[in-house]
Amino acid sequence: MRGKDTIINIEGLSQSYGDKQVLHDINLYVRRGEFVTLLGPSGCGKTTLLRLIAGFLQPTEGRILLEGRDISGIPPYRRPLNTVFQRYALFPHLDVYDNVAFGLKLQKVPEDEIEKRVKRVLKLVSMSDYEDRDVNSLSGGQQQRVAIARALINQPRVLLLDEPLAALDLKMRKDMQIELKEMHKKLGITFIYVTHDQEEALTLSDTIVVMNEGIIQQIGTPIDIYNEPVNAFVADFIGDSNILNGKMFRDRRVAFIKHEFDCVDEGFGENVSVDVVVRPEDIYFTTDPAKCQFTAKVNSCTFKGVHYEMWVDTDTGYELMIQDYDPYPVGSEVMLYIDPDDIQVMKKERRFNSYDARVTGEGKVMFLDTEFACHTEGFNIGDQVRADIRFERVDLLDHEEGADLTGNVVFILYKGDHYHLTVKIAGGGHIWVDTHDIWDKGDFVGIRILPEDIKLSKALSGDE
Amino acid sequence: MNKRSSWALPYFIFLVLFVVLPLLLIIVYALQDGSGRFTLSNLGKFFTDRDSLSTFALSLEVAIENTLLCILIGYPAAYILADKQLNRSAVTVVLFILPMWINALMRTLATAELFTMAGVHLGKGTLLFGMCYDYLPFMIYPIYNQLNKMDKSYAEAAQDLGATPGEVFRKVTLPLSMPGVWSGVMMVFMPTVSTFAIAEFLTNNKIKLFGTIIQENINNSMWNYGAALSLVMLVIIAITTVLQKEDADES
Repeated sequence: MRGKDTIINIEGLSQSYGDKQVLHDINLYVRRGEFVTLLGPSGCGKTTLLRLIAGFLQPTEGRILLEGRDISGIPPYRRPLNTVFQRYALFPHLDVYDNVAFGLKLQKVPEDEIEKRVKRVLKLVSMSDYEDRDVNSLSGGQQQRVAIARALINQPRVLLLDEPLAALDLKMRKDMQIELKEMHKKLGITFIYVTHDQEEALTLSDTIVVMNEGIIQQIGTPIDIYNEPVNAFVADFIGDSNILNGKMFRDRRVAFIKHEFDCVDEGFGENVSVDVVVRPEDIYFTTDPAKCQFTAKVNSCTFKGVHYEMWVDTDTGYELMIQDYDPYPVGSEVMLYIDPDDIQVMKKERRFNSYDARVTGEGKVMFLDTEFACHTEGFNIGDQVRADIRFERVDLLDHEEGADLTGNVVFILYKGDHYHLTVKIAGGGHIWVDTHDIWDKGDFVGIRILPEDIKLSKALSGDE
Repeated sequence: MNKRSSWALPYFIFLVLFVVLPLLLIIVYALQDGSGRFTLSNLGKFFTDRDSLSTFALSLEVAIENTLLCILIGYPAAYILADKQLNRSAVTVVLFILPMWINALMRTLATAELFTMAGVHLGKGTLLFGMCYDYLPFMIYPIYNQLNKMDKSYAEAAQDLGATPGEVFRKVTLPLSMPGVWSGVMMVFMPTVSTFAIAEFLTNNKIKLFGTIIQENINNSMWNYGAALSLVMLVIIAITTVLQKEDADES
């Protein structure tokens, strides 16, 4: 796979600011002429990765190879890469022509050659008659085009784009997406594109790299990423989805929403807890009782332009999102089925919270830098143990009093009948919580765990 | 007058009393002789008096030299202060600005005393030293401000396009910081043209500047001639301001 057509190869790249690690062991390769998108929520490390490739940052660990050559020590002005910056960064003291010609003038290219190339590249971005214009007098979209022209004129091996469309309005963004895609096809230059907009990523990319919290979650084509997300984060981030707890009975047979379904996944083992993803457009209505797998009552129905978005309550008490071209009246009983192909089964990242802990006293155990009361019978003071807490046994409070720990909700997943929250703890680390209460992303929470809910076991038992 | 604009009234009165009126008085006095008759002889006297003209030329020369000196020392200082990697603390900035909070006269006297103690000959060298010492913060601060608020992505974009650190400075950072340099020049050049205390103390009255002769004339009750000299200086200041404006509009 990593043959001659690999242009960029990133090996074991890590980046830390002080003791805050923003990138963890990134391994990635980019093929010549590929359109690769780094996709993730803000703070996931995608921009840091791009800045490392551009050379504005030096990696804490690992290396970046360009055409097989390590460029880690090479300053940005000697890397054959160019960047389109998020806010364009057009030089306000120069006009359009001088902005675009900036790179060539530095290389002391003859004036008539510069003129020819500036004209050509401005034509490419449809900005031909704007040479003498002051950059501040241009609209956002026009500035964007000039920024792209300025980066392209140096004929970079790789063009880096840092959320280049984020500042444009929706209509303009859609148009620019199409133009970017065409430009990429025409020029054959490798594009590395950073965005938090999943739709943009799906539209533009040959390959999408989904990132979260400094870790690559999944690398794949847009179709792979959409149809076969590897974990709940990717499934939730890309497109709409129903993410549910399930149990794999055996190969090709899975249970969720308290019903059994045929599926196409194998190799999970028997009676294994899994996450199941079903896209809302993959749940079908039927009038044929033979096809019906479960029934539900339509709870809401909203027109979304092309399709209707409906929320239904299943006969077993789960809420599901369904998208269909035909609306069903609110309150009506419907019969539903899901094709085996459309059920995506994923290995669960964890089934309960589990921490390395130490018994610090009679009825006391230390983990997450905090001392908790718990039952320590059978253990001695100083023992290294594992402390397990079930998701639903963690209490969240909206205040600090009486809380063992505090933190912020960083990720929320709706699982049909409850929410699965990821809480980032103030002192570092995470705790995962199942709750029926509604919290918002970013909420400050107090965390309380009752002594009887902390289950200790011998350390070295391995995970799970 | 509506309610809002009546708030401006006190400031309006202040401006009239303390800015417009004195300026008019200067013009009126400059165009009168001792007995209150209209005359151009005061201005004529300045333009024909060799001594006045040479003092005026010397003042301009010293002011230009001082301004250049302040840029030469102040720009690098401002650059270092604004660089987050070279200067991580806000305290250093305050240290540079701190002398501005001490009365300039006091600092000048102390400087003169130090020179005398060290046996340094008081003359043009000590004059320039004193002026630069007094006015340097006024040069550093506007440049620092300009550099500090400059979007870092401009320098990064230049580097990205192949500019070495030296080229980044010459082609991007310097041109973009010129507004700061210009306001520094305004704040240094103009007061130095009219300064007299520094010249008096740091040269032992050996070097007379334009400000000095204005002060002497006024002190000796030659109000009309003093006013005429002040008028000349105001015109110089007005010309500088207009020139600076034009330059700012161009960039």
